[in-house]
Amino acid sequence: MEGDIVQMGAYIGAGLACMGMGGAAVGVGNVAGNYLAGALRNPSAAAGQTATLFIGIAFAEALGIFSFLVALLLMFAV
Amino acid sequence: MATDANAEGGLVFHPMDQFIVKPLFGGDAVHWYTPTNATLWMVLAIVGITAMLVLGTSRRAIIPSRSQSIGELAYGFIYKMVEDVTGKDGVKYFPYIMTLFMFIVFSNFLGLLPMAFTPTSHIAVTAVMAFAVFIAVTVLGFVKNGASFLGLFWVSSAPLALRPILALIEIISYFVRPVSHSIRLAGNMMAGHAVIKVFAGFAAITAIAPLSVVAITAMYGLEVLVSFIQAYVFTILTCVYLKDALHPHH
Repeated sequence: MEGDIVQMGAYIGAGLACMGMGGAAVGVGNVAGNYLAGALRNPSAAAGQTATLFIGIAFAEALGIFSFLVALLLMFAV
Repeated sequence: MATDANAEGGLVFHPMDQFIVKPLFGGDAVHWYTPTNATLWMVLAIVGITAMLVLGTSRRAIIPSRSQSIGELAYGFIYKMVEDVTGKDGVKYFPYIMTLFMFIVFSNFLGLLPMAFTPTSHIAVTAVMAFAVFIAVTVLGFVKNGASFLGLFWVSSAPLALRPILALIEIISYFVRPVSHSIRLAGNMMAGHAVIKVFAGFAAITAIAPLSVVAITAMYGLEVLVSFIQAYVFTILTCVYLKDALHPHH
């Protein structure tokens, strides 16, 4: 047994923080899936909404990136 | 950590080593004037942009050459985005937004070259850009609208009882903007490059080396896409924030 309990906690916490990526995956999939469903119902309106699609994806993804950042901070900064 | 991996799987590098800022000409000390690999790749991005936009469009042929059409496509793409999102009166801020987009897209794509350094993978670089946008947009909002810029936080279409709570949420989300704006770009670039390096580390193990090479190729393809989309997202969010400053009423 090497290392100390603080390091162990940091590694476990980094692993737990990665669960946030699952949330981001659900969010991004939800945005893209709903966009596709709407686009198939009314294809002529789809082209005008691609900007909204990317903004929505960016907002959903940002929170996953935050969890990744927490994992990185635990691995390298704490 | 690096030594553990070295003993077990023959991993001779750490996935995060690629993000270390090193001086170009010997030594370890980094001062504000030291030429580092970060400054080198930022300069290369600017040289690339200048070469493409100035040299590409200098002949101005009726039938455009390849570099001229790329320059015209980029110009038209950003111009249309600014016009669509912020409206006619946002068009005079187009040069700044075009500069941001070209710098980010060139840094991202140049960073994909093997052995290259990605300036946009550092929060220090993206935070400067995001805070510049945030401060500029806030000042602009007050200059253009005066005190009625605060109407951005007072959602007049909501029931009166809810408005103070909504105002609190709006204010928090307003001040989180530069943080999420910068971390989104830096985090995406850093995560993609780190994942490629992790798969590259698996290539040292003979049994899974072919799988690792396929995975690197697939991730690389995804990263090309992500590089462009993140530059696009950074730019379009700048446009959205600019629209809020110019037209603060919901």
